[in-house]
Amino acid sequence: MGLKEKLHNIKEQNKDKKWLPAFSAIHTFLYTPNETTHSGGHVRAADDLKRTMNMVVLALVPCLIFGMFNTGYQHYAAIGEAVDFLSWDAFLIGLIKILPLVIVSYVVGLGVEFIFAIIKGHEVEEGYLVTGMLVPLIVPVDIPLWMLSVAVIFGVVIGKEVFGGTGMNILNPALTIRAFLFFAYPTWMSGDKVWVHGADPRVQNLIEGAKPDAISGETVLGALAQGKELAYSVSDMFFGFIPGSVGETSTLLILLAGLFLIFTKIGSWRIMLSAVIGALVMGLIFNSVVSTGWITESSKFYTLMSTEFWHHLIIGGFAFGVVFMATDPVTASQTNKGKWIYGFLIGFISIMIRVFNPAYPEGVMLAILLMNVFAPTIDHYVVQGNVKKRMKRLKAKVA
Amino acid sequence: MSKDIHIKKGLDIKLKGKAEKATKAASSSSVYAIKPEDFHSIIPKLAVKVGAKVKAGEAIFYNKANADMKFPAPVSGELVDIIRGEKRKILELKISADSTQEFIDFGIKNPKEMNGEEIKAHLLASGCWPFIKQRPYDIIADAAKAPKAIFVSAYASAPLAANYNYVLDGKEKELQAAITALSKLTSGTVHVSVGKKGKSPLEGLNNCTIHNVSGPHPVGNVGTQIAKINPVNKGEVVWTITPQDLVIIGELLLTGKFNSERIIALAGSSVKNPQYLTTKIGASIDSITKGKLENGSIRIISGNVLTGKAQSLKGALSYYDNMVTVIPEGDDYELFGWTAPVFKKISTTRALTFSWLSPNKKYDLNTNTNGEHRAFVVTGQYEEVFPLDIFPMQILKACMYKDLDEMESLGMYEVAPEDFALTEFVCISKQPHQEIIRKGLDVMLKEIG
Repeated sequence: MGLKEKLHNIKEQNKDKKWLPAFSAIHTFLYTPNETTHSGGHVRAADDLKRTMNMVVLALVPCLIFGMFNTGYQHYAAIGEAVDFLSWDAFLIGLIKILPLVIVSYVVGLGVEFIFAIIKGHEVEEGYLVTGMLVPLIVPVDIPLWMLSVAVIFGVVIGKEVFGGTGMNILNPALTIRAFLFFAYPTWMSGDKVWVHGADPRVQNLIEGAKPDAISGETVLGALAQGKELAYSVSDMFFGFIPGSVGETSTLLILLAGLFLIFTKIGSWRIMLSAVIGALVMGLIFNSVVSTGWITESSKFYTLMSTEFWHHLIIGGFAFGVVFMATDPVTASQTNKGKWIYGFLIGFISIMIRVFNPAYPEGVMLAILLMNVFAPTIDHYVVQGNVKKRMKRLKAKVA
Repeated sequence: MSKDIHIKKGLDIKLKGKAEKATKAASSSSVYAIKPEDFHSIIPKLAVKVGAKVKAGEAIFYNKANADMKFPAPVSGELVDIIRGEKRKILELKISADSTQEFIDFGIKNPKEMNGEEIKAHLLASGCWPFIKQRPYDIIADAAKAPKAIFVSAYASAPLAANYNYVLDGKEKELQAAITALSKLTSGTVHVSVGKKGKSPLEGLNNCTIHNVSGPHPVGNVGTQIAKINPVNKGEVVWTITPQDLVIIGELLLTGKFNSERIIALAGSSVKNPQYLTTKIGASIDSITKGKLENGSIRIISGNVLTGKAQSLKGALSYYDNMVTVIPEGDDYELFGWTAPVFKKISTTRALTFSWLSPNKKYDLNTNTNGEHRAFVVTGQYEEVFPLDIFPMQILKACMYKDLDEMESLGMYEVAPEDFALTEFVCISKQPHQEIIRKGLDVMLKEIG
């Protein structure tokens, strides 16, 4: 008897058991179920939610691997020992630091999902496959694992399960997790010491031979917010050889992932494109404010405002947020017209927060969460447009 | 005022097993069955008892709510059995056919000389009324409410559908008589849609407006055509009727007989030599498919793969159908089916699915759902295959939480379950769209009427 038959028999014999959803999650991971159509159409297209989510995870893998190299690279650069970017030394540091983040994120998050599935008697949903991969990529590398676990539990329970699970949530779960970390443990999530492994004095004593004062791990945005000179070139920022959250640094890989998601029709090109347009527009506005002389070098906004408008696309987490989080279909606008408005405002507000609030140099997280809240409102007005058209048609008849 | 209809949104599901253009007589069915569930929302009241002799066209039951609406026997013979389900609901009436068929004579009529009331009375009395369906609600037309227009789609775009140009060839006289009769029933127009390519027997008809249609499925769905020509507003009614049923009405007017004979397509990848067959409404599936099926686990569908009903060999050709499709069952597991590249199934995405590479390839799809039921997650996917000016996901959700006002304002009066067959096909969350819409329409019918 093959594995297929064995698993089938277990499923059939335990139909009434409470733990069946947990078993099914593993079963359906191995085998697409033998379920056939029983109402409506008799045939169905090839895609399911697992495949859809899997595409996003695939698109994230290059960012993850790049993040591992970059973590090591930045670490060695910070302690003053130069290594090649694509070296085992760099990769090993990254692997040792990041693999635990991935494992904790998945184990804790899926654990919560399994518990809820068993309590509520529904199947384990695939949403967390993507969330679980996003989370390690958007946190600083040295974040303590217990902190990550607490945040993941909060994010999955409050961000998603209380609303009824995947498909029902209002806020993007990955960003809910990050926002929780950001507001609950701000010193671990911002500043100039958290972005490079070993840079934080709290973890420095764990690393032998670290030279505390030599280490600086500022992000590009952090430096700009403080009006400092940039130590990185545009190509460094585009290719991603800069400090930052694990997966957000390489604009090139994010761009390729975005194109992949658009090509596979999984990600919404409307949202991605309009967010980029929104960011460019806001950037241009700030640039022209500077060039008209309304603001002088003495202003604390000067450095960020005078940053060339298109540089905003390649620094910070903007690109990552737009490609992977703004496009989350559940929390984004659901109508095509609404997606244009939603995306544009995300881009626009991201850059606005970035410039005006140097305490939160990363605007894209807050911008997406804010627009998540407004997405249903945008959709409401788009749908009302359709309703009004129908009413008009009726009135024209009556008149 | 002819108007050509062309749509871009939609999807042609190309399947293996298209019917060859050759017609044979199906082996004669000994028992014919009429299933009241084919007539949605009708509660049947029996007009005859088991053992009674009936002639073709004689009423065997009528609508409990409206005794004028009669449902005829498709053949002459003896009513041998009534199969009942829960709460004694009538599921099937079985008639064993005589070897020589006898017809009730309803008299030869000239529709040109009749007025609307006379035609209505004649169609009701002869049992031809149930062929006329109405929107809103996609049910048999209410004879008391005049329609603003009548729509006939003579272009079938559904997967493997019978080609109307072929099956209606030579029926011009019957079609014209029926169209003339229908044109007296509405103050508006009778709209007939024919395929842009090919020669349709309907394109030369008088007393109606001919529309040329082209594009992917669901352009042949009458719902799509209504939306493009003259959409239904609140308080309005349109009627729809299929061309094969027009032929029966035409023959009734020309000869006085209710002749339920029609040419159907027997198609699908589990059929040996798919082709066309002459048979009658209610013929047993066995008589249609005998000796023509592949071995193995198969599903027999009366109708097309998107909107038809599953039947066993003992089942019967449904009242409105002009095809039987047979495809393999998909009750098997697939190792890593959620992540392995897919070459043998259709998909509208490119998520390691490769049907976009070969748009003209024909597929051998089975009945597997290719995944489990989930909440709505992905957006923007339905709109690509949905040509109506309606928000599909929003209206489905409105139906699920039964908000009548919202359903109404989003366009529920314009839709029928079949309009959501393609959104159901592509749905990543495997939601039962047609069932959701049907239940939504039923709630509206009950609450608003």
